Amino acid sequence: MGEYLLEVQDLKTYFKTKAGRVRAVDGVNFAVKPGEKIAIVGESGCGKSVTALSIMRLVAQPPGEYAGGSIYFEGQDLLELPESAMRKVRGGKIGMIFQDPMTCLNPTMTVGKQIAEGLRIHLKLSESEARKRAMALLDQVGIPAVSERIDSYPHQFSGGMRQRVMIAIALACNPKLLIADEPTTALDVTVQAQILELISAVCNEFGTALILITHDLGVVAGVADRVVVMYAGRVVEEAPTEELFKNPRMPYTIGLLESVPRLDDRVHGELKTIEGAPPDLLNPPSGCYFMPRCFFARSICRTRPPLEPLPGNPTHRKACWVDVTDPAEQAYAERRRQRRAEAQRATIEAAASSQAHTS
Amino acid sequence: MADTLVGSKTLLDVRDLKMHFPVTRGIVLQRVVGHVRAVDGVNLAIERGQTMGLVGESGSGKTTIGRTIVRLYKPTSGQILFEDQDLAKLEGESLRLMRRRIQMIFQDPFASLNPRFTIGSLIAEPMHIFNLGTPQEIRERTLELLRVVGLRPEYADRYPHEFSGGQRQRIAVARAISINPELVIADEPVSALDVSVRAQVLNLLQRLQEQFHLTYLFVSHDLSVVRHVSDRIAVMYLGKIVEIADRDELYSAPKHPYTKALLSAIPIPDPQIERKRQRIILSGDLPSPINIPRGCRFHTRCPMAQQICREIEPPLEAKEGHEHYAACHFAEKVTPPTT
Repeated sequence: MGEYLLEVQDLKTYFKTKAGRVRAVDGVNFAVKPGEKIAIVGESGCGKSVTALSIMRLVAQPPGEYAGGSIYFEGQDLLELPESAMRKVRGGKIGMIFQDPMTCLNPTMTVGKQIAEGLRIHLKLSESEARKRAMALLDQVGIPAVSERIDSYPHQFSGGMRQRVMIAIALACNPKLLIADEPTTALDVTVQAQILELISAVCNEFGTALILITHDLGVVAGVADRVVVMYAGRVVEEAPTEELFKNPRMPYTIGLLESVPRLDDRVHGELKTIEGAPPDLLNPPSGCYFMPRCFFARSICRTRPPLEPLPGNPTHRKACWVDVTDPAEQAYAERRRQRRAEAQRATIEAAASSQAHTS
Repeated sequence: MADTLVGSKTLLDVRDLKMHFPVTRGIVLQRVVGHVRAVDGVNLAIERGQTMGLVGESGSGKTTIGRTIVRLYKPTSGQILFEDQDLAKLEGESLRLMRRRIQMIFQDPFASLNPRFTIGSLIAEPMHIFNLGTPQEIRERTLELLRVVGLRPEYADRYPHEFSGGQRQRIAVARAISINPELVIADEPVSALDVSVRAQVLNLLQRLQEQFHLTYLFVSHDLSVVRHVSDRIAVMYLGKIVEIADRDELYSAPKHPYTKALLSAIPIPDPQIERKRQRIILSGDLPSPINIPRGCRFHTRCPMAQQICREIEPPLEAKEGHEHYAACHFAEKVTPPTT
């Protein structure tokens, strides 16, 4: 354990609904070293936010339940801690930034009070000390005219500024780990660049480890040291950032990388797509969850593949039976992709010609 | 200047369009205390069969332009020439008939489909409104449209809540093309969708454009998506177009510092490129469209701003390159981006 700050082992978080049990997070494994920046990437519904909330033990019970696994933070299992001890961890040792800065700040409190709140509770600072530190923090996250703005209310700030305040709150007590759940999704691109730069800089400065949760592979490329790709409640691939982008081994990761139009694209043909939609987590398929959408799928994929390191490369793990670098497998996948695309084209052409006849 | 933009193939020609919304104060005796100048003098021409991309941050007025063109708003002033008709002046029956030729796809597929209608009747409704065939013919065409957008015809009798976001956006696309429009205004059509589904809908829109000869006005904040779909791109800032050019030229040789900053802010999913890139971080936020800065609107955030920028608003004029227009005093000093 000594090597890692946080170690999530076989975490299972389920939700009880009228229709049955939703396995939102179903056996997730990953670890974070002190000062390391990792990113968890996936689509909506893949369980990335629930994983973050589970680490903070913020999943409402019921309907949620921690059905298994453990989350070791500095050697302690957070899932075993009593609520009173957990309160010391939240905001003290682990800080969190949420997606929507519009709803996460208390509209009836000045931002200075909101930053000072954590300082007074966790660090037992006096009111004036807490205020002084709050001002220093606001200055650090790039808020101008701090001495006036500290007594402003959240509605007097723009979206980007509110996210800066959130970062100040999350960092107030010098946490060891910062969890940022889609911190820039609600912001404009020019502001997104500012905020990412800021998060990255403060983590370097304070030596804070970072878990960045996002669906945007571009954001990941600039910030993270290591990437964990999630799909349907499981980790499907994990590798150092450069390795993952250069040498993706799981068809889902490959699909994600190929289906995003890139700013530096020179060709404007059709995008490669991942067909279909993620599985229903009430009744997931029995084998590999990605199989119904995968052009590489073979009969072996009806058995669930384990998350295992690549031979000779212990830092790169994947959950897939197929060797996607094999030319024979690639040709097979390409044939299936072509057939699919041709069928779609034919329907549109038929409709266009029948319309031409009628009108 | 607008005249030079207009070719013979021009389908839509927007001239000096202004859309101002009043800001009122008081409950009983409401008085107008100012105006939100959402769109403040925009010139834009789209050729038949082309895709015009319209990009900008939230609050730049890009959605308002789209909505004003389909006349969901009555413009404050200016002309919207669609072929030879001025849409800004149409009322009543002629406005209704015009809407047959211009359709819109909205951003949020969870809000744009009436939850009490089956998707079959949602797609058929425009055809019923414009009397395009017998009920039997309309039904057949509905089923065909479902196949075209990649959904099973059996789904026609289901309700919107039974579908995912991507499927709902396909339904919205089917409804928009059901009456065979000429111009489709797509307002952030893929922003609400997940990455893996986004590519499916973008491909669908491109295939439909080829087969049905559609013209698109594609409104989006995402420069990578806009680059993928557009032939020509207009960049908006605070209610005005600051730059307009052919796609590749805009990306390789931007002539406005805002465009350049916007391009440099988009992350590229490649760690090696991403770590080498020079990023221009714009300070601050978009100013309020109620109190637009004097002079060049962008001078408060512009890294190149000089005295003249604070005093004189630069006009949108032709710059070096093919049909390349930019509104900047120092356009020739904007260097190409590093990647």
